[in-house]
Amino acid sequence: MPRVKVGRKSTAIDMTAMCDVAFLLLTFFILSAKPKTQDPVQAAVPASTSNFAIPENDFSTITVGQGKAFFNVQGADVRVQTLKQMGLKYKIAFTPDEEKVFANTESFGVPINVLKQFLNLPNEQKSNYKQPGIPVDTTANNELSDWVHEARVADKYLHNADLHIAIKGDSKEEYPTIHKIISTLQKQKVNKFSLITNLKTVTK
Amino acid sequence: MAELDTSGGGKKGGGKVRSKKQSTRVDLTAMVDLAFLLITFFILTTTLQKPKAMDLVMPDKDEKTKQQLPVKQSTTMTILLGSNNQLEWFVGIAGATPPTKEGYGKNGIRATLFEQAKKIKATTGEDMMVIIKPSDKSNYNNMVSVMDELNITGNIRRAIVDITPADIGLLKRDGIY
Repeated sequence: MPRVKVGRKSTAIDMTAMCDVAFLLLTFFILSAKPKTQDPVQAAVPASTSNFAIPENDFSTITVGQGKAFFNVQGADVRVQTLKQMGLKYKIAFTPDEEKVFANTESFGVPINVLKQFLNLPNEQKSNYKQPGIPVDTTANNELSDWVHEARVADKYLHNADLHIAIKGDSKEEYPTIHKIISTLQKQKVNKFSLITNLKTVTK
Repeated sequence: MAELDTSGGGKKGGGKVRSKKQSTRVDLTAMVDLAFLLITFFILTTTLQKPKAMDLVMPDKDEKTKQQLPVKQSTTMTILLGSNNQLEWFVGIAGATPPTKEGYGKNGIRATLFEQAKKIKATTGEDMMVIIKPSDKSNYNNMVSVMDELNITGNIRRAIVDITPADIGLLKRDGIY
């Protein structure tokens, strides 16, 4: 009896459709991508049901964690302008190179007198550098207050818009630290600001 | 490469010399590989869940004039935030009504807020005013939770106020300070 021979078929699969899908997804992810920003301190934000999106521009974040405060303002132009004004105020001259580095620095937490030194660190050392946080004292030495103020002035000057300020606090942070930040803002008559939270659904 | 030549061998001898028809198919394997590699990279680097913001309005604080508006005690509920994720609340002035110790969440403060708001609305015809006093022993999460509960229950009249020594005394007495 003759054996039934199985005809040999081509092993090639038509990949056109798969390729289409893959590139479609790729395009979507590239367009929606916003690289993760590394915060110098881990802040596990609390959850709430409020559902307001964070604005992209004219926005500033104060990250609070482990009793330290870190400052960030959105937009490279505002950042450079803020640094220039802070330089004038504290009589520190920043070079154009340092300004460029600062424009690319997301969140930072160093006192102004070591900021120059911090900006000149090479990149790999910068991420390992233990940032002590921006001094927030209710009495004399409140650099955070100056940063916020200068950033607000810079934003008004460049974009003619009011800077929106948000606090990104760690949920385990003790209240006195948060209170210090809030009273710093209140001293400048910033009575409306945001708290950054994760979205959670209401349990009914 | 991954494709077998399935075209016929062509006739032998005679006739016109025809150029052999080339397959129009391109091998896409490498391209798909690359595309998926990039997809994986972008999936891992993007933050999908964007954090949201909760607006917080603080009462105007004037250092010089110390201007403070009195609030009606019959419509006011005060919430004191203590340690160990516990809170205390009372209606009216401190000391007049004994404070109730409670926890956060759906069955704790939220139920109370609904209940008290209804009660105050029924007796005075006004909306309830909620005053939140976080103590030094409470954490940031507590404050956000309470504000969130107020958002859920729809209490617009609320304020965060500094705690007074009398309030701390109450918290201490109940062992949550």
